[in-house]
Amino acid sequence: MEFTAAEKQAIEKLRTRYPEPRSLVLPLLWMIQKREGYIPEEAVSLIAEELQIPPIWVEEPRTWYSMFNTQKKGKYIIEVCQNATCSVLGSEEIIDHICERLQIKVGETTADGMFTLQVAECLGSCGTGPVMQIDDICYDLLTPEKVDQILDDLRHGKVHEQQPLSFPEYQ
Amino acid sequence: MNNLKILLNYTPNGKSHTLADYLQRGGYNTLKEYLPRVKPDEIVAEVKTSGIRGRGGAGFPAGLKWSFLAKDTGKPIYLICNADEGEPGTFKDRIIMEENPHLLLEGIIITAYAINATHSYIYIRGEYAFAAQRVQVAIDEAYQAGYLGKKLPGTEYETNITIHRGAGAYVVGDETGLMNSIEGKKGFTRIKPPFPAVAGLYGCPTIINNVETLASIPHIVTHGGTKYKALGTQQSSGTKLFSVSGHIRKPGVYEVIMGYPFRDFLNNECGGIIDGRQLKAVIPGGSSTPVLRPEDVTDMTLDYESIEKAGSSLGSGGMIILAEGTCMVKLLEVLIRFYHHESCGQCTPCREGTGWLYKIISRIEAGKGQLDDVDELLRITKFISGYTVCPLGDAACGPINSFVEKFRDEFIEHIEKQSCPFGGKFIPFQEIVN
Repeated sequence: MEFTAAEKQAIEKLRTRYPEPRSLVLPLLWMIQKREGYIPEEAVSLIAEELQIPPIWVEEPRTWYSMFNTQKKGKYIIEVCQNATCSVLGSEEIIDHICERLQIKVGETTADGMFTLQVAECLGSCGTGPVMQIDDICYDLLTPEKVDQILDDLRHGKVHEQQPLSFPEYQ
Repeated sequence: MNNLKILLNYTPNGKSHTLADYLQRGGYNTLKEYLPRVKPDEIVAEVKTSGIRGRGGAGFPAGLKWSFLAKDTGKPIYLICNADEGEPGTFKDRIIMEENPHLLLEGIIITAYAINATHSYIYIRGEYAFAAQRVQVAIDEAYQAGYLGKKLPGTEYETNITIHRGAGAYVVGDETGLMNSIEGKKGFTRIKPPFPAVAGLYGCPTIINNVETLASIPHIVTHGGTKYKALGTQQSSGTKLFSVSGHIRKPGVYEVIMGYPFRDFLNNECGGIIDGRQLKAVIPGGSSTPVLRPEDVTDMTLDYESIEKAGSSLGSGGMIILAEGTCMVKLLEVLIRFYHHESCGQCTPCREGTGWLYKIISRIEAGKGQLDDVDELLRITKFISGYTVCPLGDAACGPINSFVEKFRDEFIEHIEKQSCPFGGKFIPFQEIVN
């Protein structure tokens, strides 16, 4: 495993922003995950070498932060918020609906490797709950129908753009 | 009268996040007009006079925090903007970052100048991809326009800002966990003292402020601390953003002058409760703040002192409103599951205690509770609160103690009936509103 030329350039820029190389651990873990979809074990020694730090200093954050995937998962990782307001607004029903549609349980990946279903804690969009995040896109005001449309779009390779927050008015 | 907009001082025209729009609204004037005329110490004094209290949740006076900064240590000084916004119910920093990022940047630059910061970091939680995108574009615009990376007009000072992305950990919202995260470590929290202002990031004097606090700085220095102090109440000056969600007609982020009556806020800004239902419970400032019953909030106003008098805390301003028909035991199960999941693990009382609490509450909700379970919950919180390195343990105890105190009869009913009286579900919100 190697860093690409572009990645190496980005790393050099990052070095100028921090007084200590260890601070680059999180940015580099993100870099690998954006490229591979997860952070394989071999990335630990790669990053440790690059930053000239002990491998344990890379392994600890890799396994501690919840957004870092230590194993390969589905092409799309669906994170449904299960916290306070979202659960009160019906996130359980959304989670059950996805489980039924995709025929998987929370934490599992579909047989075709397309979708992994996970639960997340507060994603910071309580006003438009229930909410789910897939990669960098936050989908809100979820209903079972809306979820079906989103999953269908993704299956057909459609790329969504983040819509700015827009609050509803209920009756 | 509640129309003053200091933070949400833009028209939602889809362009408010751009430099052009910000300049049109008088943006960066403070940097150009005011900074050349004042010394850094004068800015700190102005912020102290304003009385602004930290808007992240702790409510500690910002100017006072700045004055604790260790001087003449020979070490670099760091400014960190805490944009980790993880407190359940809170989504107000997000609005500033996505729709008004230049206000935040101007606030950071002024603050950096005031404390002579070597470098400023904005720590944005990993989940906030869109907010990070918008803030990065704004930073690039600011560099191009010469507000960053170049000497500020009329001064010898220049500064730089770097965004540092989190990776999913509520506990790094705590300033010491946050600093460890910027240093590349797990987000374990540190014991205080030493305080960050003395020995923080990389062991250097560091000031950490919330997004909303920093975004309030341009207004304070433009109009003066005295004017800001005159807004609001005795102990709560200025305006505060409340992000409101739950069983209300108009969820959203609202800016109010401190002291605004809660009843008016609920019925006017929030549009009242859905479906004409009755109010059952209010969580005023994020899930860690104690829950209140309707009789507690009759005369409550939106400020630190009044909410404290009512028995809770203003916290982050992440307000959750719950209507009749909500199972409070089930809601508590959701909350404690969160704290247990987010416990960093270094303190036994928090790590083991939150797990134990979760098991008991799950059992009660599932209809398998025992009568002495309720008092056992209160006994366990006594072993957590005050015995941990950081306030996450205390935060978990907030809902446990208050839910049991205010809704004890519901817990007893679950146990006596050996089932959830609400059928193990929340009210069917989607059915009601659709």
